[in-house]
Amino acid sequence: MPETISLIVNGVQVRMPVGSMVSAAVLTAGQTLFRRSVTGEPRGPLCGMGICFECRVTIDGEAHCRSCQTLCHDGMDVRTDG
Amino acid sequence: MSSPVYDVVIIGGGIVGAACAAECAAAGLQVAIVEAKMIGGGATAAGMGHLTVMDDSAAQFALTRYSQLLWQEVKDELPREVEYDACGTIWVAADDDEMQEVLRKQEFYSARGVEVEVLDAHAVAEAEPQLRPGLAGGLRVAGDSVIYPPCAAQFFVHRAVSRRARLFVGKAVQEITADGVRLRDGSVISAGVIVNAAGSWSPMLTAGLQVQKRKGHLVITDRYPRFLRHQLVELGYLKSAHTLTAESVAFNIQPRRTGQLLIGSSRQFEVDDAKVEAGILSRMLSRAIEFLPGLGALSSLRAWTGFRAATPDKLPLIGPDVEHRRLYLATGHEGLGITTSMGTAKLLVDQIVGRRPAIPVEPYLPARMAGAELAHA
Amino acid sequence: MDRVRRECDVLVVGAGPAGLAAAYRAAKAGRRVVVIDDNPDAGGQIWRGEQREPRSPEAQVWFERLRSVDLQLISGARVFQQSGPRMLLAETSDGNVCELIFESLVLATGARERFLPFPGWTLPNVMGAGGLQALLKNGLPIDGKKIVIAGSGPLLLAVAGYLRWHGAEVLLIAEQATSMRLARFGVGLVGHGGKTSQVFALRRELKGVRYLTDCWVVAANGEQKLERVTLQRAGKRWTVSCDYLACGFHLVPNLELAELLGCEIADGAVRVDEFQKTSVKHVYAAGEATGIGGLELSLVEGEIAGFATAGVQEEARRLFPERAKQRRFADLLNRTFALRDELKTLATPETIVCRCEDVVFDRLRAHDSWRAAKLQTRCGMGPCQGRICGSAVEFLFGWKSESVRPPILPVRVGSLLATSRHKNHEDL
Repeated sequence: MPETISLIVNGVQVRMPVGSMVSAAVLTAGQTLFRRSVTGEPRGPLCGMGICFECRVTIDGEAHCRSCQTLCHDGMDVRTDG
Repeated sequence: MSSPVYDVVIIGGGIVGAACAAECAAAGLQVAIVEAKMIGGGATAAGMGHLTVMDDSAAQFALTRYSQLLWQEVKDELPREVEYDACGTIWVAADDDEMQEVLRKQEFYSARGVEVEVLDAHAVAEAEPQLRPGLAGGLRVAGDSVIYPPCAAQFFVHRAVSRRARLFVGKAVQEITADGVRLRDGSVISAGVIVNAAGSWSPMLTAGLQVQKRKGHLVITDRYPRFLRHQLVELGYLKSAHTLTAESVAFNIQPRRTGQLLIGSSRQFEVDDAKVEAGILSRMLSRAIEFLPGLGALSSLRAWTGFRAATPDKLPLIGPDVEHRRLYLATGHEGLGITTSMGTAKLLVDQIVGRRPAIPVEPYLPARMAGAELAHA
Repeated sequence: MDRVRRECDVLVVGAGPAGLAAAYRAAKAGRRVVVIDDNPDAGGQIWRGEQREPRSPEAQVWFERLRSVDLQLISGARVFQQSGPRMLLAETSDGNVCELIFESLVLATGARERFLPFPGWTLPNVMGAGGLQALLKNGLPIDGKKIVIAGSGPLLLAVAGYLRWHGAEVLLIAEQATSMRLARFGVGLVGHGGKTSQVFALRRELKGVRYLTDCWVVAANGEQKLERVTLQRAGKRWTVSCDYLACGFHLVPNLELAELLGCEIADGAVRVDEFQKTSVKHVYAAGEATGIGGLELSLVEGEIAGFATAGVQEEARRLFPERAKQRRFADLLNRTFALRDELKTLATPETIVCRCEDVVFDRLRAHDSWRAAKLQTRCGMGPCQGRICGSAVEFLFGWKSESVRPPILPVRVGSLLATSRHKNHEDL
């Protein structure tokens, strides 16, 4: 089994160790804005454990996935808000 | 006998009571508002928040149309948190029978100056791409809007208070007396006129009132900004609202400015418990998914319930009580309390001060119930 | 939609130390055990990532024990509703619904960090202390990054040690507790053998890191993300540039499921008897949910609950003295890290309190109850369902959380259909 996997964050390829969460991949890609709040503020992970919902991103077309609670898979397509 | 402290005491700080208070105060009356729990906390907190015209009867149309025009006049003054959104409504027709109903509605509304547009199968799919294929069409009512009702109730209360209305929050009324109300804490508020605007609690204060509790469920989703543009209602909605069976559901969904979707609707008689019931919630959501197949995959954040105040003839009670000399009623709005709160307030104050009402008040007079009872006797 | 039905003798909700301990003891005594947890892997927060490769000695012991018994672990699943007296519904990571039928239930739902609002706390790269640690365990590269750790609680020290070990530069730790309280804590630790050696180990790890008591963050600043924080201590303020702020104010129990089931709550925790039984028949609770107390207490409570569900009262009793000892430590802990009143004044009128709905402090303080505030501002009506802002408003205004309604975590609309299908199935 490969030690790293490759996924795409906002169109950019990122390599992460197996067992990493999508949130770490997004931050590794240099992206600190995960979502925009209702008034347009930039937001990123707060609690790291699936409770704050600030880490939500779109994964393989599905919106509002908690990236802190989602394991990276090979070929995943991750999109943050702009 | 002591002289009244207030001209009017209004029981109930929901959107109807609050609108009445604002209108009373605007007419120069000294108003007291008594709310047992919190402003907008009853059916107002469980309303879909639509401002719509309804055509199921001439009287219903008159009141909703009148009210809608009043909302148009005030909309620019509404604070941001009222979330006024002129998204319009599409009545969805599933088959040709329902399309006939669409055409009937179009004739009815057009004849009365309400801007509507018939959508064929192609047009309704274009207007709302998330609707399932195979629908017959729909009717778009561009002048309909949605709001967030609890903040609208608060807006009306502020208006009243800015004209020296007095607010008693967290105070429950124990009984309506000859010249006012006695609160549960024993204190008394005297007034020239008492208004029972207590919604589904109104029969507890006025015995014999033909108002029944009708439970409803709602669900709200997370933000999906491009999912829906208009409020959607199925044409079967009126069947559900008019049925006398114990429980029914009808598809109704509304976009919020944030992109959240508010899903309804359900109706149950003879249920007192406010807890969320999985069975009817499931039926309601299944119905919604039939129209919007993509809804099933969306994230839902909350489910809650509320109790509408329903009368036997689907029209609210606005006017003097038949027994108590000083009592007026402003209750029984079923699913239209948000829209008709403004029209109700006008008609109520018209009757209290003796102004000429803009529309006939006869269909909403409490006295009509007494007449009907006598007719049956 | 696929619906999976799982029957068991003991259902354990939460795969952290308490849950795993309870599951192990129940399974070893021959019960059919299912453990369900929202995280992708078992271990809860303190053992996050250790199911794959255990690092701490305790984790190694317990994960090995787990492998030695027969039980079922369902990860990535969120319990959202109760569908019968002995039935819970959970949404699994593939979007399906799992129906869990049990004889006994052990609630090991753990705790979450308490966050208090201050200007700039919503900036990206401002995280909880446990939050940043969790992200690091989840794969965040931290080598060479500058970190300020702030808030309150022993977690700050543990996080500081962990961050340093991974190559981060911990600039300072700002602990709001007074030095007097902490001195008493140090003295108090003397009666807790193991703890004192832990503390000394930590102090060695943290040699050279400034640990400031009576100190807290008053603001975080930056353009699109955190760039610097302003701290206050003894009336003086100063600013520090950094990459991350790890700020959390101790822990609060996760009570939503217990409340949904009708368990009695006392002093912000699930009330349990000597066998970890709650006020609801056949429902037990163990770990941080019964009161914040650390790893050892969670483990012993979990074991007692596990023994109790298996009817092995005697084995449970043997652990009572250890639990009592750990509870004394827990009391000392919670007294030491109580929050000071100055923290109530950090938020300015424009500071966001509810992050889901962007409700600012000024709008909230116009109300006199949580219910009225929620209704009028929509605070607490977002996806976190009041978990983040709720702890904050309880501290700021004294408002208590209300009764919960299902779903107790966001789930797909389709998952709310599950029960009606179940009913049809029963009718057949």
